[in-house]
Amino acid sequence: MNAADTVFVMVSAGLVMLMTPGLALFYGGMVRRKNVLGTLMQSFMVLGIITLEWVLWGYSMAFGPDYGGVIGGLEWFALSGVGTSPSPDYGSTVPHLAFMIFQCMFAVITPALVTGAFAERMKFSAFLLFILAWATFVYNPLCHWVWGVGGWMGRMGAMDFAGGTVVHISSGVSALAAALFVGKRLGYGTAAFIPHNLPMTITGAALLWFGWFGFNAGSALASNGLAANAFVVTHIASSAAAVSWVLVEWRHRGKPTTLGAVSGAVAGLVAITPASGFVGTTSALVIGGLAGLFCYGGVLIKGALGYDDSLDVVAIHGLGGIWGALATGLFASTAVNPDGVNGLFFGNPGQLWTQFLTVVVTMGFAFGMTLLILKVIDLLVGVRMPREEEVKGMDLALHSETGYSF
Amino acid sequence: MKKIEAVIKPFALDAVKEGLSNLGVQGMTVSEVKGFGRQRGHREVYRGAEYQVDFVSKLKIEVVAASSLVPEVVDAIKEKAWTGQIGDGKIFIYPVEEVIRIRTGETGEDAL
Repeated sequence: MNAADTVFVMVSAGLVMLMTPGLALFYGGMVRRKNVLGTLMQSFMVLGIITLEWVLWGYSMAFGPDYGGVIGGLEWFALSGVGTSPSPDYGSTVPHLAFMIFQCMFAVITPALVTGAFAERMKFSAFLLFILAWATFVYNPLCHWVWGVGGWMGRMGAMDFAGGTVVHISSGVSALAAALFVGKRLGYGTAAFIPHNLPMTITGAALLWFGWFGFNAGSALASNGLAANAFVVTHIASSAAAVSWVLVEWRHRGKPTTLGAVSGAVAGLVAITPASGFVGTTSALVIGGLAGLFCYGGVLIKGALGYDDSLDVVAIHGLGGIWGALATGLFASTAVNPDGVNGLFFGNPGQLWTQFLTVVVTMGFAFGMTLLILKVIDLLVGVRMPREEEVKGMDLALHSETGYSF
Repeated sequence: MKKIEAVIKPFALDAVKEGLSNLGVQGMTVSEVKGFGRQRGHREVYRGAEYQVDFVSKLKIEVVAASSLVPEVVDAIKEKAWTGQIGDGKIFIYPVEEVIRIRTGETGEDAL
């Protein structure tokens, strides 16, 4: 066991944990005032519920002994056998519990991301069932495929350093399925749905940026040069994307906006996530800069295609994640990480194909499973809030609370 | 007695308040309102989507004064709230039936 690595992984776990309340604030500021608490509540409930799910069966399904390359068994149910000595397979220099808790924070934030797609209109009971089912049947298998020992995508050579596929593509594409299934908010397209508290959104984005250092650098699972590389490229990509989104928006709509700046930053962070342990600093600049451009385009396409992905999970996490996964196949360099492989720009076109396959399978799996889960939940309890409650707002209708009393 | 109700641009409040107190007007009620007349709203942009926001923020000042003072009150408001740009606002005048001071029970102009 290495003391420096252990500190680093645990601190990183704390940073990633902070991203879930950060996401809550990011989303909360963008919805209408009457739904601020309902939105915040969703992220906090995800923290509570998915943590329990993770320590009971989630961690075992994701990282436990492999069955057919498809799923881990339940040998580690309730963290049985997961103790203070390191796992030989996962973070071999830190306590197994430290690795588990680090991964727990990833398992928590991923379903929280999906909530943005059905913001302001989902029944609370349906939401609880959804995140539980999605975590169990979408996140856990996908996590096992990419990061679990024996997982088939990992064995195929898929490169995902910190969760481009497992976290961002999965949540982004699931968000698309959810937005289509749940349907548009009442008044969408005619009424103006304006963010009610952008300072809150910006605060949330700042916490996300900060926490992402734990997300990406922590995924090195060691206090070393690779972690430093991941830290630095994360920061560069975020900065490049924030600037590029602002510039594109300025040109396109005539004004640079704060929401654009922070959305760009998040898009860059998403894109660099799978690549952070494989690409160098100049590549990060390009990856981030293009992420701002592509994801801005993704937001515009939403308008053209007509689905109500309320908080742009599809454009930022879905599209950003896809770009990041493919960019890994382009820009990966063994000079950065000798344990990886090169990408297309460094003489190995094959990796791009592997990344592409991973992307496509993830998209199909997440989309299909999400639709199935929502269909079942809709039959059981009904997914959508009744019309009068949606008009009244989540805070009063679901929680009998008001966000602001001044 | 009359009630003078004026919808003005928010930044004009301090000047109007000063002008009225110079006349001996001893109280007023101010509320934050939204409205529009000929002044168009403004455009807001969020993630590439443009929204036209028609309602403009204004302040409504309500003052009750003796009928004899009304012309001077109106002139003071007109002068202090004027910018010359569309959206300076409007003044409305209503008759007031009775005024009562709660603490002392005084009525009529003694209660102003």
